[in-house]
Amino acid sequence: MASIIEIEGLTKRYASGFEALKGVDLTIEEGEIFALLGPNGAGKTTMISIICGIARATGGSVKVAGHDIVRDYRGARDAIGLVPQELSTDQFERVIDTVTFSRGLFGKPRNPEHIEKVLRDLSLWDKRNAKILELSGGMKRRVMIAKALSHEPRVLFLDEPTAGVDVELRRDMWKLIGELRQTGVTIILTTHYIEEAEEMADRVGVINRGELMLVEDKTALMKKLGKKTLTVVLAERLAAVPAELAEWDVTLKGDGQEIEYIFDTQAERTGVSSLLRRLGDLGIGYKDLNTAQSSLEDIFVSLVHQEKAA
Amino acid sequence: MSVVNLRAIASIYRFELHRFRRTLLTGLMVPVITTTLYFVVFGGAIGSRMTEVDGIPYAAFIVPGLIMMAMFTESIFNASFGIYMPKFTGTIYELLSAPVSATETIIAYVGAAATKSLIIGTIIFLTAHLFVDVPVAHPFAMAGFMILIAISFCLFGFILGIWAQSFEQLQVIPMLLIMPMTFLGGAFYSVQMLGEPWRTITLFNPIVYLISGFRWTFFGKGDVAIEFSLIFVAGMLTVCLGIIGWMFRTGYRLKK
Repeated sequence: MASIIEIEGLTKRYASGFEALKGVDLTIEEGEIFALLGPNGAGKTTMISIICGIARATGGSVKVAGHDIVRDYRGARDAIGLVPQELSTDQFERVIDTVTFSRGLFGKPRNPEHIEKVLRDLSLWDKRNAKILELSGGMKRRVMIAKALSHEPRVLFLDEPTAGVDVELRRDMWKLIGELRQTGVTIILTTHYIEEAEEMADRVGVINRGELMLVEDKTALMKKLGKKTLTVVLAERLAAVPAELAEWDVTLKGDGQEIEYIFDTQAERTGVSSLLRRLGDLGIGYKDLNTAQSSLEDIFVSLVHQEKAA
Repeated sequence: MSVVNLRAIASIYRFELHRFRRTLLTGLMVPVITTTLYFVVFGGAIGSRMTEVDGIPYAAFIVPGLIMMAMFTESIFNASFGIYMPKFTGTIYELLSAPVSATETIIAYVGAAATKSLIIGTIIFLTAHLFVDVPVAHPFAMAGFMILIAISFCLFGFILGIWAQSFEQLQVIPMLLIMPMTFLGGAFYSVQMLGEPWRTITLFNPIVYLISGFRWTFFGKGDVAIEFSLIFVAGMLTVCLGIIGWMFRTGYRLKK
């Protein structure tokens, strides 16, 4: 796959001295869905704003579809559709007019069929003649997506697409994103919801305090996710792992007070019951059992915490 | 895409005119009624005591000043509002993220606002004809002058709209600066009628040169030579374009 966005050493320092981005390098492949995760103020929106032309970078460079976002902004912006976090619409305009306007603004010739298709895909066709102010919040969000798709972008930025959106609409949004991906559109979304990244993304990036801390394939992450850790709190300390437990590859933790066993929940045999049976056979007593799943959220939280501690 | 994003210019222009059309009735009624009131008060009440200025019937004499005054206000208001509203509602994100250059943005916004000003100026001109005979000595110069004034003040309004961070700031310059300058700039009297030192002081007011120039296109004479008026119009255009150019280069109050 060819890369569609190349970010190199991107920095942003605000006049106040606050460093929103501290040298971000990132390459986005054409056709993928990339989820950018991070807490509030991590730099997600700043990064998107710079790529789309709403904010200026202090340093570094960005290329979109091979066009530098500053020197060749037309070429770069041509390829981009942006749905910002805030619901900002021209309240008094009709839905169809505002979407048609967006297409013209991006210099594309009129194409009523395309506009109709976009509106139908977003279940807005029935509302095409309604004024935007008559629509609910969720519908306004759809109008903003329709505007972004009106000029057939190759890359779609969705900044917190499901923030403040009800469950049903969130499901619809996921479905829509899946469909868009089928058409070859590259999608970059920022989110707070780990669930959302897990559901949709091909790759996940975690950003915190202006630094990209992790970029990984979701499948690779899911492998970690698919594992559970069984902790057996022993009645009495063990000095070493008994040879009889070798086949489970367990480790001794907490000064020999605990045995930790990592198993794959997806596997046919998890090995949990046989391990416990063996412990019984060996006469090793235990006081407590505990299993825990390492979720994307855990990875995320631990990354963010490490950073805070540093 | 072509070198110039003409479709974007057309889209913004249409969008802005559509916004005007939504408020068409009030948008046109207000300047017409205001002008009529000025006409009744100044033309009727004062004109009955002061029949002529510089050989021109007073009622006719004030027509160019009235048109100018309405065009100053309307141009500033429409252009500043046009760019301030997207900033206020947040929809400016789309303009900033679109493949549209600064020049294209200005042509579209200023063009639309200037169009509306010219329509209003023309309507006031026609309304005045209902009250009094107004000769026009140089019709083409008159039209040209109106276009230049509309563009200059719309550029000024555009700057104001980018600069303003509240509705109050949007109002303050037109109300506290332009309005008094227009009243004291000879909209309703000839500078020649003033005694010293006011006459000399008045000549520091740039509006004097604009109104005088417009009056020249009607009556073939003004308070100052037409060349000076043209210099001031050109000066205003240049300064406004310079400021806007700087605003877009630096992203002043537009980009973070």
